[in-house]
Amino acid sequence: MSECACNSGVKLIYSCSGNADVGEISDRAARALRREGFGQGSCIAGIGAGIPGYIQSAKGADVNITIDGCPVACARKILENIGITPVSYIVTEMGFKKGSTHVTPEAIETVYNNVKEGKTGEQKPVIKGGGCGCGGSC
Amino acid sequence: MHKIEILGMGCAKCNKLEELAKQAADELGIQYEIVKVKDMDKIMNYGVMITPALVVDGVVKVAGKLPPYEEVKKMVKG
Repeated sequence: MSECACNSGVKLIYSCSGNADVGEISDRAARALRREGFGQGSCIAGIGAGIPGYIQSAKGADVNITIDGCPVACARKILENIGITPVSYIVTEMGFKKGSTHVTPEAIETVYNNVKEGKTGEQKPVIKGGGCGCGGSC
Repeated sequence: MHKIEILGMGCAKCNKLEELAKQAADELGIQYEIVKVKDMDKIMNYGVMITPALVVDGVVKVAGKLPPYEEVKKMVKG
C-alpha cells in the first residue's frame, strides 16, 4: 500500500529476491519486516525496469533499505544506479553461506532481527562486475 | 490537452501539490485537465509507494515530496 509522506520517516525496503537460498531469505525477511510495519515494501525490479513511479518513490523516501542475499549486492547497485545510497544489509555477512543454507524460520528471523536492530554485519567490499555466482568466495 | 493527476488521499501536501500544479499550468498557458486520484489500486498501478505524487500525461514526475514551484513548473511542462 502507498503511504502518505505527511508521516515523516518513510522507509522503503527492497530485497534482491535472488534465486539462491540467501536470496529467498532476503525476500522473506523483507516481507516479514513489511508485515510488522518496520517499513514499507517496494519493488527493486520496478526500479531496474525504469518504472518512474518506483524510482520517484525511492527518491522521495526518507530511508531506503536493501537486503541482498550475497555480496554481489544487486539491489543496492540498482539503487546506486539511480543516485541513491541505501542502508545495505547482506545475508552472507550474517553467517550464512550461499548455496548451503536452509531457508528456515530461524534464518529468516536472524536477518529480520539484524535489520530491525540496525546491525550491518561485517562490511566487506561489494563485488564489482558481472558476478560469477560464487557468492563471494572466489 | 495535458492530463495532470495528483495521487494521494487528500492530505495537506496533496492539496498543496494540486495548487502548485494548477498555478504552473496556468502560468505556462497550457491546456490541461487536472484529476485527483484517491483510488489505491490506481496509485499502486503507477508503482507509487509514497504520496503525494504528480503524474503528467501518464508519467510519474515526483512522489513523496512537495517540490519547489519552479520544479513543479518544469514537471508540468513535460
